[in-house]
Amino acid sequence: MSVKVQVQTTINNEPVEFLCEPRQSLLECLRDIVGLTGTKEGCGDGNCGSCTVKLGDRIVTSCLVLGVEAAGESITTVEGLAHGSTLHPLQKAFLDHAALQCGICTPGFLIAADALLQKHPHPTEEQTRFWLSNNLCRCTGYDKIVRAVQAAAIEINGAAQ
Amino acid sequence: MKAFDYAAPASLPEAVGLLASQPSARLLAGGTDLLVQLRSGRKDADVVIDVKKIPELNEISFNPADGLTIGAAVPCYRLTADAAIQSHYPALVEVASWIGGTQIQGRASLGGNLCNSAPSADSIPLLIALGATALIAGPAGRRSVPVDEFCTAPGRNQLAPGELLVSIQIPAPAPFSGAAYLRFIPRNEMDIAVVGAGASVTLSNGVISAARVALSSVAPTPLFVPAAGESLLNQMPTAEALEAAAKIAQEAASPISDMRGTAAYRRHLCAVMVRRALELAVARAQEIN
Repeated sequence: MSVKVQVQTTINNEPVEFLCEPRQSLLECLRDIVGLTGTKEGCGDGNCGSCTVKLGDRIVTSCLVLGVEAAGESITTVEGLAHGSTLHPLQKAFLDHAALQCGICTPGFLIAADALLQKHPHPTEEQTRFWLSNNLCRCTGYDKIVRAVQAAAIEINGAAQ
Repeated sequence: MKAFDYAAPASLPEAVGLLASQPSARLLAGGTDLLVQLRSGRKDADVVIDVKKIPELNEISFNPADGLTIGAAVPCYRLTADAAIQSHYPALVEVASWIGGTQIQGRASLGGNLCNSAPSADSIPLLIALGATALIAGPAGRRSVPVDEFCTAPGRNQLAPGELLVSIQIPAPAPFSGAAYLRFIPRNEMDIAVVGAGASVTLSNGVISAARVALSSVAPTPLFVPAAGESLLNQMPTAEALEAAAKIAQEAASPISDMRGTAAYRRHLCAVMVRRALELAVARAQEIN
């Protein structure tokens, strides 16, 4: 075993320090060390998107990031979306549109969709589907997810001009 | 994943020194290939050297005289957002938005795509078509290798022990030139090319004065086909001329059959994809630029 490394980072706007082995993924660090289990592991090789988190100014699959690489970075996980007991508009839209069944993929979709709406306030269906192509859902058939994201876009950013 | 040590050198000399002292080190840029390979046991490492703190590997710079320099660790999402690349190299924006999905593009770099040296690498046929060179640093100093000579076998390339890729250099686009990369995949996104084709064309008074064609997924390495481009010299970009060049590229391919398609299917696709890539490159060259 190699020497553990102290990592100082910011998670959901809070300074966080954790101790990890260099071989441990950011996903493992978040779930098993920091205790933020909202981020899910699916495939473990970057295909399914269920472990998506925001890292700095972009989204990544946290299974393909080393925990040590998070030093000095700012991370947003699904736990950072809601304000207290008030759900984020995307979370509410996913509930309203039944955009989930088993829910394993949902945290990843929410983080990815949040990044989409920051880049495109009113994404088209095609933009939405292309942006979310790195997130797999085996329950919903995607249609409800796309509708939920577009409804949240209106809720957050008003009707498209 | 098996245990390894982690180092993040802040300068190129420091990285070269570390590589020299650590024969079993692996270089980490975006990690979208490396971490998968380490986790599955296909590759081993005693030390993982993160190259993202080295300034030259994070640089994007363009000027009309020297062209474009892309640091080896620059992730795709920075390429697609770069104004100079958007206006001078639209095909690069496309290829950077087709490698993996949004999350992969947040990490994956063209330098990593090149060094992973997969026969199916999406960016390499376009880099070859654009006449790109790879700038390499090592114990003996720096050297440049044309991207069309960089890959030597599946997963293998010209990087010698102790060397690392610093950047990819792409010449400034000539007036009335255009480039394109197209791939055939059975899905709409997030897939590995059955066949990929890169092409570039330069026009002088409506006549082709330079052209380059390369293929992916149809040979042990991404495949530069000089004869296909040469066949177009001093020709008008007619449908017949483009078709003939596509046939030459098709002849150069040596595809295998696998889960993504048979050799015969791939061979057929070579001609189709090269013709379409050339058509798009010509259309872009004919736009005012």
